[in-house]
Amino acid sequence: MLIIKDLHASVGDKPILNGINLEIKAGEIHAIMGPNGSGKSTLSNVLAGRENATVTSGSVLYQGKDLLALAVEERARQGVFLAFQYPVEIPGVGNVYLLKAALNAQRKHRGLPELDALDFLALVKDKMKLMEMNESMLYRSVNEGFSGGEKKRNEILQMAVLEPKLAILDETDSGLDIDALKIVANGVNSLRAEDRAMILVTHYQRLLDYIKPDFVHVLVGGKIVRSGVPELAHELEKQGYAWVCDEGMGVAEVQPKS
Amino acid sequence: MSNTTSTLEEIISQEYQHGFETSVEADALPRGLSEDTVRVISAKKNEPEFLLEWRLAAYRRWLEMTPPEWASVHYPPIDYQDIIYYSAPKSQKDGPKSLDEVDPELLKTYEKLGIPLHERAILAGVAVDAVFDSVSVATTFKDKLAEKGIIFCSFSEAVQHHPELVRQYLGSVVPVQDNFYAALNSAVFSDGSFVYIPPGVRCPMELSTYFRINAKNTGQFERTLIIADRDAYVSYLEGCTAPMRDENQLHAAVVELVALENAQIKYSTVQNWYPGDNEGRGGIYNFVTKRGDCRGAHSKISWTQVETGSAITWKYPSVILRGDHSVGEFYSVALTNHRQQADTGTKMIHMGKNTRSTVVSKGISAGHGHQAYRGLVRIARAASGARNYTQCDSLLLGDKCAAHTFPYIEVKNASAKVEHEASTSRIGEDQLFFCRQRGLSAEDAVSMIVNGFCKEVFKELPMEFAVEAQKLLGVSLEGSVG
Ligand SMILES: Nc1ncnc2c1ncn2[C@@H]1O[C@H](COP(=O)(O)OP(=O)(O)OP(=O)(O)O)[C@@H](O)[C@H]1O
Ligand SMILES: [Mg+2]
Repeated sequence: MLIIKDLHASVGDKPILNGINLEIKAGEIHAIMGPNGSGKSTLSNVLAGRENATVTSGSVLYQGKDLLALAVEERARQGVFLAFQYPVEIPGVGNVYLLKAALNAQRKHRGLPELDALDFLALVKDKMKLMEMNESMLYRSVNEGFSGGEKKRNEILQMAVLEPKLAILDETDSGLDIDALKIVANGVNSLRAEDRAMILVTHYQRLLDYIKPDFVHVLVGGKIVRSGVPELAHELEKQGYAWVCDEGMGVAEVQPKS
Repeated sequence: MSNTTSTLEEIISQEYQHGFETSVEADALPRGLSEDTVRVISAKKNEPEFLLEWRLAAYRRWLEMTPPEWASVHYPPIDYQDIIYYSAPKSQKDGPKSLDEVDPELLKTYEKLGIPLHERAILAGVAVDAVFDSVSVATTFKDKLAEKGIIFCSFSEAVQHHPELVRQYLGSVVPVQDNFYAALNSAVFSDGSFVYIPPGVRCPMELSTYFRINAKNTGQFERTLIIADRDAYVSYLEGCTAPMRDENQLHAAVVELVALENAQIKYSTVQNWYPGDNEGRGGIYNFVTKRGDCRGAHSKISWTQVETGSAITWKYPSVILRGDHSVGEFYSVALTNHRQQADTGTKMIHMGKNTRSTVVSKGISAGHGHQAYRGLVRIARAASGARNYTQCDSLLLGDKCAAHTFPYIEVKNASAKVEHEASTSRIGEDQLFFCRQRGLSAEDAVSMIVNGFCKEVFKELPMEFAVEAQKLLGVSLEGSVG
């Protein structure tokens, strides 16, 4: 589904991604871990098409197509979804309105009829139950005044409504209390499917206890320095990132900030 | 790095779409203004003596006045001798009696603007008094209105057929010496609309006027007077758009509303005059005096406006709450893009007891747009129990535009209650990226955010006008319908 080859990207003059290679097949879940500032969000943003990072070399194939050639909304319509590390507030625009506009924009692209208000509400309310969200959230402005945890849940609600093919969740677990973490994980698990792939960016093993990944990658200094089975995450939790770095991979480029 | 703001910039830098000009031969006076100009205008319109005298008095007052400088708008001095003060489409001379007689060029212009006059009038049940340049060319549904005793005609016709009403009310809300532009208008006004709703009559349809500035270098000086007699009701729509052009055009209209006891006037405006190019060249200067007088007890006047055009806007639709228990409302969306400047707001003058006013102002600035909200709430000593609520929100698109709020509050009665709320927010690349990531086009995203911001005002507009207003905002921001 997704093949990233030797991807380099910079923000301004600063190289952030220094040769990422990654292949993700339909149905798989890949976790990406790594120290602060190692480029996890940058990678997520580059895949989603945010313009603040510039791809300097390398390629990304998504469903056989050159992903980097597509506009942001085009990628979204073809099934790429990004749950933001820092969800954005949009005062004045109702949550339900945004969801409906987004879903219908995507349905239109796929040649499906737009959902009318009633069908749409039925769909959304169903998904809200799954996320254990209060319906009143629908009628508030997008993320405005939402607590940190509520914002994250709202992201997953959007994902549940839009049913993407490739979902990138950037630290969706940060800021969630234990109960909320379970609810979000539950929501994500319910979206696991044969034809859907996911990238989970996280700092904590905790999330991976609930959402079992197929692979774990460690990103340091803009490079994947380690890839492995889920147990790798346990090892990281115990030993910290110095452990992978000390093994002599990209140490020079590591500039952890805290 | 350099392209981080590119999407937003692309969207807001699209140019005005109604840029075209019809070639109707204009019958115009030479440039310049003198007592003779005033006399010629009055004579061309075959006006009664009292009106000529009124114009001349205004002219003499105007000579002693200077343009206001307190507004936060900047433009080169206007040469008032370099303006043509009267022009009429030639075909007007024969006085078309129905649409069939109207110059087809004019009708085509309306069609280009998306106002198919026939369909619009018939389907929407709207009476259209279209002003092309300085003279009204088409008035419909007059008969139906006449059955109810409603007068809806061009100002010139009102002067001929109802001079006593004109004489009684003209200048009674905006006196000639009110301000520089109002004085100028009073001296040289060319035409406009006149409405009179007799006692107890509820006007059965929305009355609508489309304005359009056309002939080169022609200052536009409309004069509108609307009177709702006791227990009457009227909803009036004003809309306009203008063609692309090179030289700045001055527009100084005066609108006077009079609501007698228990009467109600709803005045809605959608304004889309040429704002100038991306550098601000060639746009319209819009210096308007609009004021309503709640003269009778329990009367109500509402201004609702969506302003997207003009290079410079100077405009403060106001309500004088003279009658006890009278109500004044002001709902406004103003958008400034490119180099547009706007200094707008309202004045609510509470004089009667238990008077109430509501002000909701939404300002949107994009590009290098510059906007100021200036609002005055004055509670006179006698206005016990008066209440005002003001809400004033600004939305900024990009980082080169600006918005300022200047609330003036004068309360002379201790029992009055005045509340003011203000907010400023910015649409950033973050929000745009977020919306696009969810599958919306950048244009739809901007228009969704902007419409969300304006919702409270749009819901005050009559249905078909609200749709038009949304379109206008779309056009003004994106160059495509949002
Ligand atoms: N606009 C920017 N200007 C300058 N540097 C930037 C910008 N955006 C990102 N960076 C830098 O890029 C590097 C990678 O940032 P990124 O957000 O991808 O890290 P991350 O792995 O997601 O970190 P975290 O775990 O803290 O979320 C950081 O050093 C960051 O400071
Ligand atoms: Mg991050």
